[in-house]
Amino acid sequence: MLGICLLGAPAFADVLPDDRADVLYHRYEGGGITVQGPEVLVRKKIGNSVSLSASYYEDLISSASIDVKLSASPYTEQRKQWTGGVEYMHDKTTYSAGVITSKEPDYQANTTYYSVSQSMFGDLTTLTMSYKRGWDHIFRNIKEPNGRIVNDPTFHEQADHRGYTLSLSQILTRSLIADFNYEVLTDQGYLASPYRKILVLDPTSGKGYSLADQVYPNTRTSNAASIDLKYYLPFRAAIDGQYRFFSDTWGIVAHTVTLGYTQPWKQWVFDGTVRYYRQNSASFYADIYPYPDYANFMARDRELASFQSYTLGAGVTYQFGGIPHMPWINKSSLNLRFDHLRINYSDYRNALLIDVPNHVYPGQEPLYSLDANVLQLFFSIWY
Amino acid sequence: MRLTKVIIAAALGLSVSACSTIQPWVKPYEREHFADPIMSFDRDPVSSVYLDHVFETREGARGATGGVGGGCGCN
Repeated sequence: MLGICLLGAPAFADVLPDDRADVLYHRYEGGGITVQGPEVLVRKKIGNSVSLSASYYEDLISSASIDVKLSASPYTEQRKQWTGGVEYMHDKTTYSAGVITSKEPDYQANTTYYSVSQSMFGDLTTLTMSYKRGWDHIFRNIKEPNGRIVNDPTFHEQADHRGYTLSLSQILTRSLIADFNYEVLTDQGYLASPYRKILVLDPTSGKGYSLADQVYPNTRTSNAASIDLKYYLPFRAAIDGQYRFFSDTWGIVAHTVTLGYTQPWKQWVFDGTVRYYRQNSASFYADIYPYPDYANFMARDRELASFQSYTLGAGVTYQFGGIPHMPWINKSSLNLRFDHLRINYSDYRNALLIDVPNHVYPGQEPLYSLDANVLQLFFSIWY
Repeated sequence: MRLTKVIIAAALGLSVSACSTIQPWVKPYEREHFADPIMSFDRDPVSSVYLDHVFETREGARGATGGVGGGCGCN
């Protein structure tokens, strides 16, 4: 459930982030889901040692995904998120703290985070330690007879999250820098989606299956470690490669590989990325269960299935100087980024294609796959 | 016996080197490449954070992407 994070670990502890503002429009479309909205991020230094940041993020979600079609009704809803943070720099040390609040009709999340970074070895090395704590309230929407959507008064669950991060940024040569990250996340409470269902074989049903509630464990602990290398090419361009290993107490093991290339040309900057991701399924996941109460824990969330995903991304930036009649703006840029995402599931089938009269029985329907397009358009100014 | 001597010598060497100051092997005037924005791991945080969110809500894996904090209800 832990999701968006708005303040990255500084690469160098003895430099505060630039004074900068970004306005972004984002749109995700794929698998019957459209999510779009604005995001605004503003940073401003106060004196030489304090930097403040604030952001606002909004998702307008319109969903008729395969999960929704199977067990609920298509819906639209809005999620809003506010973030406030402060960074204080003293000599080679930077302290950070912040608050994130996210609200949607059936989910509320509050997170606080704290971080300390230290530059050492002649500023070749930056070590960062972070801690975050989250408290979530989960509700379930129901439709009243008059059509109004309200929270189910009989359903209110909670979940708590803790995260511990250790990061090391290391200059290796005049042209090569490495970033190591290790993060432990623990969750406790209600960790399932209250809407999604499992499938249970049911020969008495015309569809050959019936739906039942998911049962998740109440705890989860995950470990993730990554290494990111970035190299400056002799003709002013950069290549970077990242590998991340992930494992958790639910039995998921995942590998992520990302390769990127950045090429400036005059006032333009071009970016290209390729990302490959694969995971195996959670130990308690199944596409369909043979009978109700088959196991203590049962889930059919796609995020817990076994799958591989491929992402191709391209971005272009046009850099302006200042803006006429706004002398306080040093420079600005207009950015467009497009990513195409393909997910091939290995043990999640398209249950909407079960057709018993035509002899397509549960377990025989085709595997599900997903194509999605992700668009970002943003304008940035430095002041 | 010979192995023991090698281990002791290596340990002494390491302890002596640990006491000496580590000299930066890339001098400050040799770091102009890292001042170029294209060498930033996170050139546009507003964009990378959004993309991380897109992946995290659709995948089982999470964390170690370089960010610090976060929390949301993810549909």
